[in-house]
Amino acid sequence: MIAIFKLSWYTIVMVNLGNDEIVKYPFLAEAGKYLSDKGFSLDQFGTDPDLKKIVDNAFERIITSSEGRIFKSDPLSNNSALPLEIFSFLIAVILLKLSGMNTLIRRFSLAEARRAEKFLEKDLMNHQDATKTKLSLQILQELFSVTVEKIDEEFTISVSDYLKHSINFHEREWKLINRKVTNGKVHLTPHETVRLVRKELDRHIYTKINSSSTPEMIIGFETYVDKLKQLAKKFEVKTVESKEFPPCIKHAIDVLEKGENLPHSGRFLLATFLLNKGQTVEQIAPLFKNAPDYNPKVTIYQLNQLSGISGTTEYKSPSCEKVKGQNLCFPVPACDTIINPLQFGRKRV
Amino acid sequence: MNAKDITFLEDTFKKFYFEHFELLHVPNDPNQREFGYQKFNGGMNRHISLKSDKELHLLLMQNKPSDVYCSNARYMFPSLPMSEKDWQNAELIFDIDAKDLRKEHPKNNTLIKCSDCNEISALGDSCPNCQSTKLSFTTLTCDDCIKSTKDEVLKLNKILVDDLGINEENIKIFFSGNEGFHIYVHKSEYESVGSRERAELSDYIMFRGGIPETFGFKKFNTNKSSLPKFDDVGWNGRLAKHLYGIKSNRSKISQEILSGGYALFQKKLEDFRDSIGIKIDPNVTQDIHRIFRLPGSINSKSGLTKIFVEDLKKFDPYIDACFIDDEEIEVAANCPIEFSLKKKKFGPFNNEQVSVPKFAAVYMMCKGIASSV
Ligand code: SF4
Ligand SMILES: [Zn+2]
Ligand SMILES: [Zn+2]
Repeated sequence: MIAIFKLSWYTIVMVNLGNDEIVKYPFLAEAGKYLSDKGFSLDQFGTDPDLKKIVDNAFERIITSSEGRIFKSDPLSNNSALPLEIFSFLIAVILLKLSGMNTLIRRFSLAEARRAEKFLEKDLMNHQDATKTKLSLQILQELFSVTVEKIDEEFTISVSDYLKHSINFHEREWKLINRKVTNGKVHLTPHETVRLVRKELDRHIYTKINSSSTPEMIIGFETYVDKLKQLAKKFEVKTVESKEFPPCIKHAIDVLEKGENLPHSGRFLLATFLLNKGQTVEQIAPLFKNAPDYNPKVTIYQLNQLSGISGTTEYKSPSCEKVKGQNLCFPVPACDTIINPLQFGRKRV
Repeated sequence: MNAKDITFLEDTFKKFYFEHFELLHVPNDPNQREFGYQKFNGGMNRHISLKSDKELHLLLMQNKPSDVYCSNARYMFPSLPMSEKDWQNAELIFDIDAKDLRKEHPKNNTLIKCSDCNEISALGDSCPNCQSTKLSFTTLTCDDCIKSTKDEVLKLNKILVDDLGINEENIKIFFSGNEGFHIYVHKSEYESVGSRERAELSDYIMFRGGIPETFGFKKFNTNKSSLPKFDDVGWNGRLAKHLYGIKSNRSKISQEILSGGYALFQKKLEDFRDSIGIKIDPNVTQDIHRIFRLPGSINSKSGLTKIFVEDLKKFDPYIDACFIDDEEIEVAANCPIEFSLKKKKFGPFNNEQVSVPKFAAVYMMCKGIASSV
């Protein structure tokens, strides 16, 4: 029966993850291996009354996250032979997979990311135990390929890495000009360092859960799973066939309306999208009039090029993946099933 | 431009290219670059792939372009349409142009062209012929402008090295061929960053978007000691030097700043953009799909060549970038002010037929103030 419980976590090679660490960062553990190392099989959790408490905890952990709260850690509970919090995390993942409810997985990963964030920050600052700092730096490196160096009390990261992450923050204090920059490095506090990878941490946990395979139903889990399915309904947004634009397009229009500069790739995305939706060059051109470098002649010329009137090529809208790569993608759940912004809002049959 | 002038310029450019193939090279990774060119009075031809210097030279000979370009970006498929090119990375590039540095048009070096009656005249508020105020401005050679653009390049260079950690050896400066400089950064960590990141870099370099807190001015409880200091790194240090002038002024001036209050300081920060921000053209830096003038090629706005600058201090574009020969030729010139090239002064020419060396003739024709006869 062990076989049904093959979670395909990709393993991160870490220096001896102790129990302490796995409690803080349970998503680093290789779930299947962890449980079997401890001498457990999944089935036991469904039937053994002594383990029921863990399943209850796991369920609680999901409920808490669904309400947007962070699950409270109780360090003492991990001292026994049964590291409760690690188990509850792993079982929570199983419950989520069995329920198949994506909204819950999203909320869960977000809450778990916030929880881990707090520990990461604390570990970065740990003056007593240098190995703690080292481990957190290593997590940043291996999970997010961000090389953070500690120089005295400050943390530094290369300007290009900094930009790749900070670019999605809109608060002005994240602008490069508002940072201490020297020798190609940006200086950060531990809090800022961790804040910088918040999104990625969330995404990491989310994809890790999502890419793990779903076990067969475990006897004794049915009621929990049913309850989760019920719960998820609460969060469902009734989607009517929408004429709404996808977020990437809304963002592009937004930026232009504010008179801010939309990079070339963004203009390209917007123009090709609208052209493909049947709008005319004349209808689209005014959108660009607020752009700082607006030139009506050039704009019309470029739009004509895109639409194929004066040029020979007709441009397709770039794929979501491309858009993502250009940092112009701001996905919402409705984006999950599409690969091109043009498909957004189309009903699936 | 009329057909005769076009033929003349095409032939002159072609001759230059033929005699100076050694100045024209494809980058060392030509397969990944997009090339493009324009013809006089023609549109842009881009999405061109060239595999070697030979192919480039052939293009120059066959197409007689007015301007030639090469992408700073590398693509998997440079000759496909933009959406299919598959962008890999791009060198970081900067454009510093005299027109972005000038607060006003230089009096002795600017011409006005009337959009209503086409009259060309020396700088003034309106057309002396028809009083129209629809004017376009053309700057001729100006040493002051070149001097201030050079200073700006040096300031940029320092920020690239000190703040952004770029190895000085990888910064290459080119004269743009008209009245500015193009700066390339080779082999840097920034090659992989996208357009929005580059926009952030531009903002940084241009001193845009700074908030008072960055410079130690908080909304409440600020004291003098937190304001910028002379030895601070980055913009804090540069701002300190700008604010205090000399170290010993710090105490007095920082007190003044403090009493001025937060809002005033915030406003001042915006003014400092003009005084200490580096005047790069942000569109060039953040456009990662641009084709940029090819080094060694002629800029048809002036007939001068975009050329590598070895020693910025000594470099004189009006000598070092002027490669057209000095065979005397006759042109009809309408150039109400003086300009100088290759250490020779020309003009003013008052709608007259004159005999000048070819390089001066080409310069005037490119500026739209002379025509072949
Ligand atoms: S996933 Fe696609 S449609 Fe959705 S925001 Fe990103 S690019 Fe746009
Ligand atoms: Zn006039
Ligand atoms: Zn000048």
